[in-house]
Amino acid sequence: MLEATAVECERGGRTLFRGLSFALKGGELLRIAGQNGSGKTSLLRILCGLLAPTQGEVRWKGTRIAELREDYSRELVYVGHAPAVKDDLTPFENLDIACRLMGAEVHKQALTWALGAYSVPDLPVRKLSQGQRRRAALARLLLSESVRLWLLDEPFAALDPAAATYTEELIGRHLAAGGSVVYTTHQAAGIDARARVVQL
Amino acid sequence: MILAASRTIVRRDLLLALRRRSDVATALLFFIIVASLFPLGIGAEPNLLRSIAPGVIWVAALLSSMLSLARLFAGDHADGTLEQLVLSGAPLGVVVAAKTLAHWLVSGLPLVVIAPLIALQYDVASDLYGVLALSLLLGTPVLSIIGAIGAALTLGLRGGGVLLSLLVLPLYVPVLILGAGAVEMASVGLSSSGQLLLLGAMLIVAGVFAPWATAAALRISLE
Repeated sequence: MLEATAVECERGGRTLFRGLSFALKGGELLRIAGQNGSGKTSLLRILCGLLAPTQGEVRWKGTRIAELREDYSRELVYVGHAPAVKDDLTPFENLDIACRLMGAEVHKQALTWALGAYSVPDLPVRKLSQGQRRRAALARLLLSESVRLWLLDEPFAALDPAAATYTEELIGRHLAAGGSVVYTTHQAAGIDARARVVQL
Repeated sequence: MILAASRTIVRRDLLLALRRRSDVATALLFFIIVASLFPLGIGAEPNLLRSIAPGVIWVAALLSSMLSLARLFAGDHADGTLEQLVLSGAPLGVVVAAKTLAHWLVSGLPLVVIAPLIALQYDVASDLYGVLALSLLLGTPVLSIIGAIGAALTLGLRGGGVLLSLLVLPLYVPVLILGAGAVEMASVGLSSSGQLLLLGAMLIVAGVFAPWATAAALRISLE
C-alpha cells in the first residue's frame, strides 16, 4: 500500500539519508530505527506528506502522495512529536475536534470511552503532565481503527509501562485488522519483535 | 466534509479565544488607546480633529490588526496542532479561510462595533458613523486575509513579528486609502459608493485567492 522509492532527505545542507526504499503492506509493522538526529522524524513527516523528499517519491496504492494530498491525509493518522492538544481545551474537546477534522462525527460516549481507556483526567490540558498529554493524543487511535495507516513518532515516550503496554495492544489489534503502522522509538517495546526495521 | 471541517475550525478558534479573552481584549484596547492618543497630542481643535478622524481610526485599525496577526498560526504551530490541521481531510486553503474568518470575528469585528464610539471623540458628524462602520466592515476582513499570507510566511522565524509588519503593512496601503477615503468623501457630502464598492471587490478577490497563497506559504514554513 505504502511504497517509498529512493527517498532522500536533506536538512540544513546535510544529507540525512539517501536511497531509502521500502514497501509496506496491510497488516505490517515498520520500525524506523536510528540515533538522535538521524532523520527519523523527517522520514515520518515525509511519509505523511508534511515534508517533500529532496529526491525520490512516496506512493500510496500506486499514486504519488503529493498528488493525492487530502485524499491521502484521510487515510492516515499521524501522532507527532508534539502531542497536538490545545492547552486551553479539555482532552474531550481536543479529541472531539481531532475526530471532526478527520471527517468522523464521533458520539460523545465514544469520546469519553476512549479517554477513559487511557485514563485521561477531565481537566484543561494545561493542568496535565507530559505523559497525560501523550495519552490524550494517543486516545485518537482508539477512534481511528478504520484508518488504514498509523504513523507514530515516539508513541511510548513519557508513557508509564501500563499505558505503553496498552498502546502496544492497540497497535497489535490494528495490525490484526489489516492496518499498517510505522513508528519510531528509543524504548525497547514488546512489539519490536514483530516489526521490520528501517535503519537510518 | 469541507463545510463541516471549516465549521469545526471556526468553532474551535472562537472557543480558544473565549478561553483566552485577554488576548482579544489587548488588541481592542490597543485600538482604543492609539486612537485616543491623537487628540491628546494634537490638541482639541474640533475642525482639525474632524478632518483627521477617518485616517487616524483606519491607521489604528491597521496596527491593531497587525498586533493579533502574529498569533494566527503561531500557537497552533507551537503545540503541533497546525500539522494536524494540514493533515485534516479538508483542503488546506479551506482550513486557512476558516482560521482567517475566526481571526476576523475575534479581532476585526470588535473594531467595527467600537469605531463609532472612537469617532465620537473626534466630533465626527453622526451621519458618518454608518459609512465609517461599513468601510471597516468591508476593509478589516481584507486586512485579516492578506495578513494571513504574511503570518504564514514568517511562521517560526526569529523576529518574525517585525518582519511581518514590514511585509504586510505596505500591502495594507490600498485598503487604508479606500477605507479612509470613503469616510472623507461622505464628510464633504459626496457619494462614497465608489470606494466602498472597490473595497468590496478587494474583499471578494482576496477572499477567493489569498487563502491558497497562505496555504502554499504554510506548507513551506512547515517543512
